[in-house]
Amino acid sequence: MSGSGVNGKSDRLDVRKTYKMLIGGAFVRSESGRALDVNAPGGRWLGHVCRASRKDFRNAVVAARKAASGWANTTPYLKAQILYRAAEMLEGRASTFREVLQSIGLSPAAAKTEVAQAIDLLVYYAGWADKYLQVFGSVNPVSSPYFNFSVTEPMGVVAYVAGEKRPLLDLVSGIAPIVAGGNTVITLSTGRAAVAAMELGEVLATSDFPHGVINLLCGLREELVGQMATHMDVNALITQGADAKESAASREACALNLKRYFPREANGKGDEDPYRILDTVEIKTTWHPVGG
Amino acid sequence: MTETNISNKGSYWGYAPAPESADHFKLKEQYGLFIGGKFVPAGSGKRFATINPANEKALAQIADAGEKDVDRAVKAARTAYEKVWRKMSGRERGKYLYRIARIIQERARELAVVESMDGGKPIRESRDVDIPLAAAHFFYHAGWADKLGYAFPGKTASPIGVAGQIIPWNFPLLMVAWKVAPALACGNTVVLKPAETTPLTALLFGEICQEAGLPDGVFNCITGAGSTGAALVKHPGLDKVAFTGSTDVGKAIQKSLAGRSTKLTLELGGKAANIIFEDAAIDQAVEGIINGIFFNQGHVCCAGSRLLVQESVEQEVVEKLKARMEHLIVGDPLDKNTDIGAINSKAQCERIRDYLKVGQDEGAELFQTKCPVPEKGYWVRPSFFTKVAQSHRIVQEEIFGPVLAIQSFRTLDEALEKANNTPYGLSGGVWTDKGAKIFKVTRGIKAGVIWANTFNKFDPSSPFGGYKESGYGREGGRHGLRPYVELS
Repeated sequence: MSGSGVNGKSDRLDVRKTYKMLIGGAFVRSESGRALDVNAPGGRWLGHVCRASRKDFRNAVVAARKAASGWANTTPYLKAQILYRAAEMLEGRASTFREVLQSIGLSPAAAKTEVAQAIDLLVYYAGWADKYLQVFGSVNPVSSPYFNFSVTEPMGVVAYVAGEKRPLLDLVSGIAPIVAGGNTVITLSTGRAAVAAMELGEVLATSDFPHGVINLLCGLREELVGQMATHMDVNALITQGADAKESAASREACALNLKRYFPREANGKGDEDPYRILDTVEIKTTWHPVGG
Repeated sequence: MTETNISNKGSYWGYAPAPESADHFKLKEQYGLFIGGKFVPAGSGKRFATINPANEKALAQIADAGEKDVDRAVKAARTAYEKVWRKMSGRERGKYLYRIARIIQERARELAVVESMDGGKPIRESRDVDIPLAAAHFFYHAGWADKLGYAFPGKTASPIGVAGQIIPWNFPLLMVAWKVAPALACGNTVVLKPAETTPLTALLFGEICQEAGLPDGVFNCITGAGSTGAALVKHPGLDKVAFTGSTDVGKAIQKSLAGRSTKLTLELGGKAANIIFEDAAIDQAVEGIINGIFFNQGHVCCAGSRLLVQESVEQEVVEKLKARMEHLIVGDPLDKNTDIGAINSKAQCERIRDYLKVGQDEGAELFQTKCPVPEKGYWVRPSFFTKVAQSHRIVQEEIFGPVLAIQSFRTLDEALEKANNTPYGLSGGVWTDKGAKIFKVTRGIKAGVIWANTFNKFDPSSPFGGYKESGYGREGGRHGLRPYVELS
């Protein structure tokens, strides 16, 4: 949202960016053609972002499902490298992100801290991608002649609703453990945070994530959370900052297909926590006879 | 119940009856609710009979708990939690669990006989599987009580509070153990609701808690039907609900907990595929199919109720399966020769018979063995369907009886596609002599427990639980502790 525009001192007219959502690796507008205004805290108009429709969400689920088995079977080493690559890309665009965060109301110091934390968080979860199985898996000492072990497996497609308080970090702290766990994800960002989210799309699109692994939507929370909770091809729903009414409705709606539901506080606690990876993996136990 | 129990297979090779005696203990005429360490009548004074499904005779009168009784039980559990159990060291808690494990072992024969009488399962299974595993579960979890710090690296584990636990009728005492042992080991107290058709061993477990000197109110047992369970789930004093049963009821419980912070784990239905490849040891695989679907009359959530057999060996497998099934003895659960006991209840028997009709109406072909069954009681002969389509209800829905649906496949990918094409994901099986294929298939099946070249094996150290609509949370092993702790 930088640039001085027609009234600035620059002798050329700057080229503005159209903020687009990321679905299946493509940058797209909402199929509904709708947009939302984004204003700076002072009221200054910053631009438009998409207002995703329920159909956009369904399209994103199709893309995420298509990418699910490929990402689940990507080697842990490669998953780790791609997450690390995302950190590299974000580091390279750190100054842009600081500007973006400031444009939507963060102080320079807060913007600087948030960008740095987001980068470090990607590095943190990159490191977990090839380790959490060793921490959370087990070989089980069964009292019969069998070799028995439990491994983690990704749940599949996860929907994530990011809070708005930390426009970049609330999103990254949700995405990183989900994809480190081998799941694909559809995120929803709302309010001013949508600008940071759409900007992040350009980082993620150049980080070697296969198309469809991370899908970023923006729009209105009350319009889309219900759809996320009831969609029959979504395996888990994680939300930040749901109020009592939303979390009650989501828990009830998730019962439709026994979607796993994790409402999280939007207080920024526990960003670095491998047990968040555990939220979106299943434990599979395999028995095999030992004998001649 | 004697003549009918003699197998008529081969005119020269019959089995004489070998009934386990039930003269070494005496059931009471009536059992109260177990609340605060004492057996008490239901506030309403209402009772219901628990029936022996093998002869349709009442075994005992059981108190029917209403909302007020549920409230009393939850309060007893709360008091025990706040005043005693949460304050006790893990080591001391563990010692109570060890005592319980030992008493279950000491009373093993009584418990096995009661289990078979109340639920209809063959004495061989209650004696060799249910009761020893229940004791093993307590013994295993006893040792965790003072070692929880090692189960959750980087975290501190503390108890959640009062757990409401609802269990089914297929493994009555074993389900008590699966639910109660981890809850108590982690420092929680419990209100348990056993199934209305099989309350006896859960009530005997109350006696065992008394014998073990378990502090009053740490374990409470309220008996009754679905309405008692619903009252328990609705009680605002619960911090945690754990349910094992049907997917429909599990979903209803999740809905009724919406808006509350009560934690929930669900262990629900299944429709497991047992996949037989052409390179499998066929005779062993046939034994595995038998064990997979006819163990405990097929009243097993993880039963191998779908057989997927590679086309090239389909005929051979089906022929051998028929021959093997004709040797299964259906009859008196207390007879040590019995392979398949009584269907747990009249209602379940009718449900299974409905599915037998549905399968035929959908166009599948039914095979049933010709074995004799007793006149009184609830029985279903070992059955399978061929010519079934993936969309058939007998392929998609859990029947919970000795009824197998057989489909064929050509390629590994097709087998996986079919195996995963139900809303369930509890268990699965694969039979092949090729190691690489085993790992490809066990990875490909979306289910929580996979048996390779075996089926229906259980162990306290082995996590059990489902993917998808088979529920969430694990029971057993280190992972089974997670639903009963708060991490910080």
